[in-house]
Amino acid sequence: MTEFTPWASLTGGMLIGLASVLLMAFRGRIFGATGILTGFMTPNSSSDWSWRAVLLAGIVSSPLFYLAASGGWPEIVTPVSKAMLVVGGLIVGIGVTIGSGCTSGHGVCGVARLSRRSIVATATFMVVTAVTVYVMRHVIGS
Amino acid sequence: MKIVVTYLIGLVFGLGIAISGMANPSKVVNFFDFAGTWDPSLAFVMGGAVIVAGIGYQLVFRRKRPVFDPDFNVPTSRVIDARLVGGSALFGIGWGIAGFCPGAVLPVLGTGNADVLIFFAALIAGILIARWLLRLNLIPARGGPASSS
Repeated sequence: MTEFTPWASLTGGMLIGLASVLLMAFRGRIFGATGILTGFMTPNSSSDWSWRAVLLAGIVSSPLFYLAASGGWPEIVTPVSKAMLVVGGLIVGIGVTIGSGCTSGHGVCGVARLSRRSIVATATFMVVTAVTVYVMRHVIGS
Repeated sequence: MKIVVTYLIGLVFGLGIAISGMANPSKVVNFFDFAGTWDPSLAFVMGGAVIVAGIGYQLVFRRKRPVFDPDFNVPTSRVIDARLVGGSALFGIGWGIAGFCPGAVLPVLGTGNADVLIFFAALIAGILIARWLLRLNLIPARGGPASSS
């Protein structure tokens, strides 16, 4: 069980949306974690690299501010073994690269732009994730 | 100025992820566990994010250009193909197994949590493997320009 947190989740979600709007307003970019990370690892040019590096610095340092404000790290409880984390991470990395995006790029920015590609991608991964969780928890895990 | 603003935008995103509960795989997996310990919280994350981004983009796109950069860099491809659907389906399998997605795991790298680092290392390996397969043309090229998401 995890506690239902509608207000914290809504607030956090609105901040994610706000960051997406601000990145478009100031830098003209989609806030997609996959694209930002991939472009950081394999940049086209130094100017294309630097904004990603600064943005990632802000993202990665954010837990320190969370810690300072709340007195603790964000809660992270992984429901699976370390081996399954590796399997999941590999599949996620392959999937988001082939599918050109993840929850932030397709699910938030793309859906907000009413991109048909992103709406199809988001519907696909939401359904497949639910099926995967069902199989993991109630077919294999039961 | 550019550096400060860009850094702050990253910070807002990371704090949003941390506050929302997206960085907690148990919460993510429970959102999808309709047949078990369902936690609807993530609908509020996605809903809040999409509504704010949807309204905000409408306002932003009235501008001719971004504040700091010459052009809006928005994906132009409209092709819905096997690659888009297959890749997204694979992502869903991985997300369902591990409960982490790329945008949720990036901020919490800063916590040094071992599970986060393990998932992240595997994520990077997966991205590199897929890019290598794409370069070898083992996966058919998509029908249009890349989406940058």
